[in-house]
Amino acid sequence: MTSASPTRRSGRHAQPLSVPPLTAPSRPKRITTAERVLDSGLRVVVVRRPSVPMVEVRLRIPFLSAKSHHLSRSVLLSDTMLTGTSRYDRTELAIALQELGGDISVGLDADRLLLSASALATKLPELLGLFAEVLTQATYPKGELVGERDRLLERLLVARSQAGVIANEALGNRLAPGHPYGTGLPSPEDVGGVTAAQVRKLHADLVRPEGAVLVIVGDVTPARALDSVERQLADWTGKQAVRRVPAVPDVLRGPLQILHRPDSVQTALRFGGHALGRTDPRYPALQLANLAFGGLFSSRWVENIREAKGYTYSPRSSLDHSVLASAFTASADVATEVTAPAVVETLYELGRIATLPITEAELDLVRQYAIGTLALSLSTQAGLASTLSGLLGAGIDLDWLNNHPVRLAAVTRDEIAAVSAQFLAPSALVAVAVGDSDQILEPLRRVLDVELVPTS
Amino acid sequence: MPSSKPSAARSRGALRTPSFELIHHTLGNGLRVVLAPDRAAPVVGIAVLYDVGFRSEPEGRTGFAHLFEHLMFQGSANLEKLEHFRYVQASGGIFNGSTHLDYTNYFEVLPSNAFERGLFLEADRMRSPRITEENLANQISVVKEEIRVNVMNRPYGGFPWLVLPPLLYDTFPNAHNGYGGFEDLQNATVADASAFFDSYYAPANAVLSVAGDFDPDTALELIESHFGGIRRRKKPARPDFSEPPLTADRRDQVTDQLAPLPAVALGYRLTDPNGDLRQFLATVLLSEILSDGDASRLQRSLVQKQRLVTDISAYLGTFGDPLEERNPTRLNITAHYANAKSTDAVLAAVDGELDRLATRGTEPGEIDRVRTKLSATVFRELDQVLNRSLEFAKFELLFDRASLSLGLPVLLAEITDDDIRAAAARLVDSHRAVVELLPGGDK
Repeated sequence: MTSASPTRRSGRHAQPLSVPPLTAPSRPKRITTAERVLDSGLRVVVVRRPSVPMVEVRLRIPFLSAKSHHLSRSVLLSDTMLTGTSRYDRTELAIALQELGGDISVGLDADRLLLSASALATKLPELLGLFAEVLTQATYPKGELVGERDRLLERLLVARSQAGVIANEALGNRLAPGHPYGTGLPSPEDVGGVTAAQVRKLHADLVRPEGAVLVIVGDVTPARALDSVERQLADWTGKQAVRRVPAVPDVLRGPLQILHRPDSVQTALRFGGHALGRTDPRYPALQLANLAFGGLFSSRWVENIREAKGYTYSPRSSLDHSVLASAFTASADVATEVTAPAVVETLYELGRIATLPITEAELDLVRQYAIGTLALSLSTQAGLASTLSGLLGAGIDLDWLNNHPVRLAAVTRDEIAAVSAQFLAPSALVAVAVGDSDQILEPLRRVLDVELVPTS
Repeated sequence: MPSSKPSAARSRGALRTPSFELIHHTLGNGLRVVLAPDRAAPVVGIAVLYDVGFRSEPEGRTGFAHLFEHLMFQGSANLEKLEHFRYVQASGGIFNGSTHLDYTNYFEVLPSNAFERGLFLEADRMRSPRITEENLANQISVVKEEIRVNVMNRPYGGFPWLVLPPLLYDTFPNAHNGYGGFEDLQNATVADASAFFDSYYAPANAVLSVAGDFDPDTALELIESHFGGIRRRKKPARPDFSEPPLTADRRDQVTDQLAPLPAVALGYRLTDPNGDLRQFLATVLLSEILSDGDASRLQRSLVQKQRLVTDISAYLGTFGDPLEERNPTRLNITAHYANAKSTDAVLAAVDGELDRLATRGTEPGEIDRVRTKLSATVFRELDQVLNRSLEFAKFELLFDRASLSLGLPVLLAEITDDDIRAAAARLVDSHRAVVELLPGGDK
């Protein structure tokens, strides 16, 4: 594209300057860890990273369950885990953490419960002591549980008022129907019935060290950190109660689903389908295919519907990994009046990448982006700790991470074409649209099969 | 087990600030340069901050500073549209920009072998962004979608940063909508953009900061060769945006059709951190004492004990960074709750805590643990090369002192109980603006 009239010219004669070439790349440093499996079965992994005087801790505990009440009880467990132990009340625990320059947060998804923490590096033993206190002595006080239950109900109300939340939930239901991966948020009815005794039982059943992974990254001496973990977490023992882990069902195929949101000035569009896991030999090709389609700014879909047409602000596609399944999703919030044209362009770009090879220039771009941003994501204590925790918790080892740039470097255009044909083709995907059906249904119907889904 | 409180001396001894060497230089055209070499990881962060934010945009052109930020990515002297993004990402890097009240930033993080390429990209658009009718129309559409997704189609969108200023302030620069009205955005012209660039995007009105893996001497040579030839232009005079203190409390209501629950926002005008930094940092610590974490006063009283609110937070500045605005800036307190009748009880509870802090001061250990936590947060942010380049540039631009960002833990250590009492007393004695958000959504 040639632009007509630059508003400013450089003071001198406009002599074109050329973009400087890249200089020789530094060889990425291999990450080395110190590891120990404790008698309790807890796996501990430590990386020394003395960049700032801090330490990052991630404790990941498997939490997937097929039980119908599991979600609501798990959410309340994570909301109330830090509200009391036999030694501290809620305030005392928070004060103890602040004194370490620290913080613990408890996060939850279908696969795991994740305790994420940071503190001044010199305070690691004390931080681990607080971990032990919470893991072995959390009391889930009844009053705190009731208070958090009410707050959760209010937060759920707010969450469900957001178009993006509704759309993600609807897509999840299509990608993993009836499975915990596709369940989304807990219902108010389920949450309202949860008791402190049920949450304590859940903690006793599942908050156990065997199968859990503890990652520590920071300005620490690995051997000393391992000894410290062994000492501080000596009393945390036991196995998880047996859980039935359900297989992930097939995608629920069908027309594009429209969920009516009256007077919505935008439509939240979501496309999704199954994808390959990270250890599959074809995964690096799919990773690059996703990037070329819509996984970064300089991708076909973003350049089309944002930079050429101005339909949307932040379209993006991604590959998301759970332990048992991976998914491809493409998300865009588009102006109501251009909903159908935006779907047309999306189907065009998906169809194009599924039927024609990408160019050599596109391959170079996404390859460099994938390798470069992987290094960036590992360049901070917090980034490295979170990445390691996610990989190790999914059963993927450090070699995978260290060797991934080499795999990305070897991917060919043919390999990308093959995985695109299988996973990015419009016929392989399902779609939902949350918006004003009075305005978007008829135009969308001209483009593809649609169904209006009743909303509660 | 940390059953006893660590002594102040010990906890302060533990807070050794990471040392980053800072090198300062000014080019002949007035561009200020801050280098922060650190060769630990093969990555570089490049940040260019221009001394203009949405406080400076002209009447009838609300949202223009932000729209202009978008236009700075649309090609430049030697780059076609889309090329900027492609060069950064094809180098393995990431980029972005953002518009604030008093400045606009542009940045990229790159593998260090793309260092010179990053400098070229920033220099090329500082020399001459390529602003065409077509790019302008496209980015007006994109910005409108940004406003729809973040404000118009979202419950609590723009709350409180778009609804509090019109009540808290009286002058256009401080009170207007920084995202912009659609009509103003539609009316923006290429000539407006040209004039805005001429006025505010002079090298002498900017700071370039680079952090990470480079040799400082080589870096200075490269910076001279890429930026040195950009024409020197006059640095614009910065108007005085200050407003006199409020003479009475103000109160207003807004209805949010999408929100399911009510909310309230309190705003207090604060004076320039450049005026009395110690006094300002005391107010920062005060806001942490009020609402940071489960041990904070408002969380304990309003969330845990009285169960009046779902959440409450107190923070300084438009977007939660206390040290990114000049005079005036503000303290915000926001709360969400289930029952609209609770508004006055929430206000009374805030008044009660401020009163207690003004008259009785802090509890033993309270200041120490809060500033330890705050210092730890500063360290964590400095771990990221991008944050380092952005912070050094911001402190150089607003405070003429990049190193101040590293010195914050030391300054925080000097704040005493008397400072906190005085900070609370100033709030008790000042008038405030209160905006209630009424839910219009399904209840």
